Amino acid sequence: MELVLALVIGVLFGTGTFLMLRRNLIRVVLGLGLLSHGANLMLMAGAGVPRGRAPILGAGAGAVVDPLPQALVLTAIVIGFGVTAFLLVLAYRHIATFGDVDVLGTPMDPAPARVQARAAADGERTVAGRAASRPAGAPGGGGDFR
Amino acid sequence: MSSPLVFLPVLLPLLGGIVLWLARRSLGVGRWGSLALAAVTLGVEVALLGLVRARGVQVMFAGGWVPPFGITLVVDLTSAIMLVVSGIVGLCVLGHAVQTLDPDRERHGFYALYQFLFMGINGAFVTGDIFNLFVFFEVMLIASYALVSLGSEPGQLRGGVHYLVTNLVSSTLFVAAVGTLYGLAGTLNLADLAVKVARAPDPAVFTIPAAVFIVVFGVKSALFPLYFWLPASYPAAPLPVTAVFAGMLTKVGVYAVLRVFSLVFTHDPGYLHAALLVVAGFTMLLGVLGAVGYDNWKRILSVHIVSQVGYMIMGIGFLSVAGLAAAIFFIVHQILVKTALFLIAGLAERATGAYDLGEMGGLAGRYPVMASLFMVAGLSLAGVPPLSGFFGKFLLIRAGLAQGEVAVVAVAIVVSFFTLYSMMKIWRYAFWGEEKPAGLRPVPAALYLPAAALVAFSVVLGLGGEALLVLSQQAAAQLLDGTAYVMAVLGAR
Repeated sequence: MELVLALVIGVLFGTGTFLMLRRNLIRVVLGLGLLSHGANLMLMAGAGVPRGRAPILGAGAGAVVDPLPQALVLTAIVIGFGVTAFLLVLAYRHIATFGDVDVLGTPMDPAPARVQARAAADGERTVAGRAASRPAGAPGGGGDFR
Repeated sequence: MSSPLVFLPVLLPLLGGIVLWLARRSLGVGRWGSLALAAVTLGVEVALLGLVRARGVQVMFAGGWVPPFGITLVVDLTSAIMLVVSGIVGLCVLGHAVQTLDPDRERHGFYALYQFLFMGINGAFVTGDIFNLFVFFEVMLIASYALVSLGSEPGQLRGGVHYLVTNLVSSTLFVAAVGTLYGLAGTLNLADLAVKVARAPDPAVFTIPAAVFIVVFGVKSALFPLYFWLPASYPAAPLPVTAVFAGMLTKVGVYAVLRVFSLVFTHDPGYLHAALLVVAGFTMLLGVLGAVGYDNWKRILSVHIVSQVGYMIMGIGFLSVAGLAAAIFFIVHQILVKTALFLIAGLAERATGAYDLGEMGGLAGRYPVMASLFMVAGLSLAGVPPLSGFFGKFLLIRAGLAQGEVAVVAVAIVVSFFTLYSMMKIWRYAFWGEEKPAGLRPVPAALYLPAAALVAFSVVLGLGGEALLVLSQQAAAQLLDGTAYVMAVLGAR
């Protein structure tokens, strides 16, 4: 069982790292997901492979499972979920602004006109889009940029 | 001593942040509410420092669970000092933000996110448990991800993705290291860990998670060779955000190194702390060389953060009372001065509309107060007596020479000259020379206030540094000994 877990963790870290090294932002997000699964499994495995019954008082005799790693993993999963959701929104914004999924590229590239038009048609307004339509240095308007 | 006051620096920003989020459409509530909240938090933190000085380490057991079970919050002298400094920075940067931020960002929850950021920062300072350190790190980082990209300008998006991905990888490693550590020690409570590692029959195994923790905290505090994300992301954010990040965020990483490598992983200083010293040397040198190449005020200061973090890690690497005391003194000085320099950059931006040194010039004639503030803060950063930077560096170098660490001390001295050079570069291009005629704008007097307050601290810490020095020495002795910390947490058993 330990060997299987070790192999799975290794494969998750390996594929995660491989995906992270791509320039495609979506692959980077997927790679991060795999990487955090690997880390969560490692936390579980680090505390020993669970063998025994659930740690409920009065539910019988015998060995019980240590509940702490599971509580920790649960916390880590929730945090990972929140951050991944935010990263996906950021990736969407990135694509809507720059028109590509390349994480490199020169900073401050303006988005191609067709992408800005499509983002506007989505009912989405970015600060970048508005910044382009107003003179540089002017104070921000009172729009909604969610 | 058990005290509920310990929880307030976390609880106040949390509750306040929720209220500010609900009332985010009202600019008046956002500005005055968050200022009032920051002032109250600072008051609580000062009271806490007084309490710790008078009655020793303060603890709180959440839910009444006795350690090593449950969540423990601990405030010793080091934590209390960091909390007070965090309160000062929080209030001063907010004072700048309410006057300069665009209403768009204000209405989209800047003030709420700002409070959540400080909830995470303060939480990391008070936690007595390594998994909760991870949780509070994440609270701080999630708020900072949102702050760095709030506004969705193109530069912010690029920088935000860079920042988020790098920190997420380090958080993943954090979880893996915590897993390994739990497997080895069977506990995550810092005080319990300190006892278990010290009593372990074969302490060498703890070097493995310890080395991973160096990598994890190395990313968070921008150490060589893991600092590449910082120059890419910090300058992209609005100035108040960059200022508070520059002041506090990397220092939370440094605090984590300070805590973990003086309390828990002291079993193999010949390897771990020697590694920290090597890393510190390269961080100082490469950080300052990076700064020399830039022509943008915000970028020069951002890259300088890296260099200064190297000094702090150097003090921790010495692992002696003198070294740790110097590190604590230097952290306090650095947080205040670095934040001040960013706020002064904000003043110059208000006057000229730019951060590029090529577009400035002759500010000294028109804005004498701004020029004097920059002069004092810049010289303090470089380490010119009698300002706080001089005493910070002097203590570090003296601690290093006392232990015969000549190489890293030599690096530290050389780096000081480069620091002075890049401060002179800003001075030369922004304040001297021909006045650039195109539309210099007036700077309101109230905007000077936060920066002036921070610069005043640097002068006070320089001329009257005795008080802080004694305090840091007590804090360092407490850190290195560890008995007071362990007794306060585990004494109940």
